[in-house]
Amino acid sequence: MKRIRWFQVHKPVSPRARLVFGSLSFVLPIVVWSIVSYVPSVWHPLVQITNPGSVDYLQPGMRMPKEAFDTEVADAKDDDKDPPEGFPANPVYLPAPHEVVAALYSSFTTPPASQDGVWLHQSLWHSIQVIFWGFVISSIVGVPLGVLCGTYGVFSRLNEPFIEFFRYLPAPAFGALAVAILGIYDGPKIAIIVIGTFFQQVLIIANTTRKLDLALVEAALTLGTRNTQLLSRVVLPGILPDLYRDQRILLGWAWTYLIVAELIGTTTGITWFITQQARYQHFDNVYAAIVIIGIIGLGTDIVLALLGRRLFPWDPSLAKSE
Amino acid sequence: MNRILAAPPSLPSYRDQSPEVRARFLRLKAREVILKVENLNKVFRSGKRATVALNDINFATHRREFLCVVGPSGCGKSTLVRILAGLEEHTCGNVLLQGKPVSEPGTDRGMVFQGYTLFPWLTVKKNVMFGPEVNGHSKYEAERQAMQWLELIGLEKFADAYPHQLSGGMKQRVAIVRALANQPRILLMDEPFGALDAQTRCRMQAHLLEIWRKIDITIVFITHDLEEAIFLADRILVLSAHPGKVEELIEVPVPRPRHATQLITPEFLATKARLEELIYQSAIDEEEETYPPVARLADVADNVE
Repeated sequence: MKRIRWFQVHKPVSPRARLVFGSLSFVLPIVVWSIVSYVPSVWHPLVQITNPGSVDYLQPGMRMPKEAFDTEVADAKDDDKDPPEGFPANPVYLPAPHEVVAALYSSFTTPPASQDGVWLHQSLWHSIQVIFWGFVISSIVGVPLGVLCGTYGVFSRLNEPFIEFFRYLPAPAFGALAVAILGIYDGPKIAIIVIGTFFQQVLIIANTTRKLDLALVEAALTLGTRNTQLLSRVVLPGILPDLYRDQRILLGWAWTYLIVAELIGTTTGITWFITQQARYQHFDNVYAAIVIIGIIGLGTDIVLALLGRRLFPWDPSLAKSE
Repeated sequence: MNRILAAPPSLPSYRDQSPEVRARFLRLKAREVILKVENLNKVFRSGKRATVALNDINFATHRREFLCVVGPSGCGKSTLVRILAGLEEHTCGNVLLQGKPVSEPGTDRGMVFQGYTLFPWLTVKKNVMFGPEVNGHSKYEAERQAMQWLELIGLEKFADAYPHQLSGGMKQRVAIVRALANQPRILLMDEPFGALDAQTRCRMQAHLLEIWRKIDITIVFITHDLEEAIFLADRILVLSAHPGKVEELIEVPVPRPRHATQLITPEFLATKARLEELIYQSAIDEEEETYPPVARLADVADNVE
């Protein structure tokens, strides 16, 4: 049998290996989670009570540390009373995989607890809208500014030093300010996502623009291209596939600001759902919500990647990745 | 060293021209001057240091002349062609194209670069249409012209392919007609075949001569390959390095039409010997670093020569 060489720098892996390893990247964490959840000898630092026996402060369903439980059992036996009964359990903040899967389904089918409450899909839709507008507003200004900075030295020197400074300021720090200016509803949330995205966006896109092969610009110059035409006919199409890739990465960035943004003012969207569920210790629902965010994010990215292959058929690197 | 410095005694002088060749040169010089370079200087400044890249360059090319520029590395031949293209400013002197001074890129000068500078986002046809389109021709007109140019180089089948689907030689052919589509007076070529393999290179040279024969274009061609220069050129401008200045303007005595079999004719070899003398002599003078003798590491009895 041919020996498989596992570690080869920059060598592409076979399609089968890609599939296997790609699946493993999801399967392995789930396996670890399952072992921790389903094998009682692994971790399980608590005991979930099934029968309180003679101990008055215990109730069925309660979780208590193993050592305390053992002491209670020993004490009860010493006094010839009913010992409490229970089984090893994990803390309530680590539900088992099947509980999260069940919650994934039930959280969509369960009506809101209060009358003015919202369904999970409504919360999600609200979050998606906040992300969308934050990202769109940031891009409307950030992309053109980034391209200009990358193309013209004057723009670069005029903007980039300040932006370089500003991007180190944590976006959530502007939360109180955003509420004072924009009120307590969606305004400040969108503003936080804009602040979190915009400054990185300008710098990243300026850099991408600067990486355009100068020889292409020179070739265009010798063909008689001038000024604005140079920007619209050479610089923009030249960087478009890379700019698209940057936007995909930045959209992921915007998602990471979502939770912080939604905590500002009135808590809304998926964050409202998560904090509500956590308050009542429904951690299976919390995990379900987190998983949903991941699925939406990854799903969007895959769709955008496939779309990119359609949009930029000349870019061979795009077809190879993914 | 002697191998490259002294021409074998049997060779004629590179200055000897057959009557036909002499008549060709007379006809060539009777044509109007397209490009005239007068007292051209280029100084690069970095901080307080100034490096003279080009020192007092003078030459002229006539309409439909094929001029090659050769020289050792560092002689500023690329700088020269970039100045001619208007991509770089010169420090003093004049570059006159049909009497008009050159200061910025223009459609009267086409350029082909060493790297493949086709626009990767445009199909082959749209690459060729680029020049006419930015210069105000209608899309229809530009497309018609582009197809004609592609037919000229036999790539009309690839009109809708993207550059990354083409071989290196095909890319450079497209780059040549993209430059020609603007109908420039002069075509500047900066080591255009430098990145191609030897075989493709030979075919491209023949192909370029074919194009040059068919259309009214003057070519200034930069190369470091001496055989390529002799094979292609009417005249060869030899530059020397540090600072770059004109060593000699050689009239190539090899008759036209050129053919690969001429590479071993006496006039070809004589010209090559002269070029090597000029270029390697100055390169040896320049070379300060000498390579050390290599100590023997292989077995004493194990000889390769």
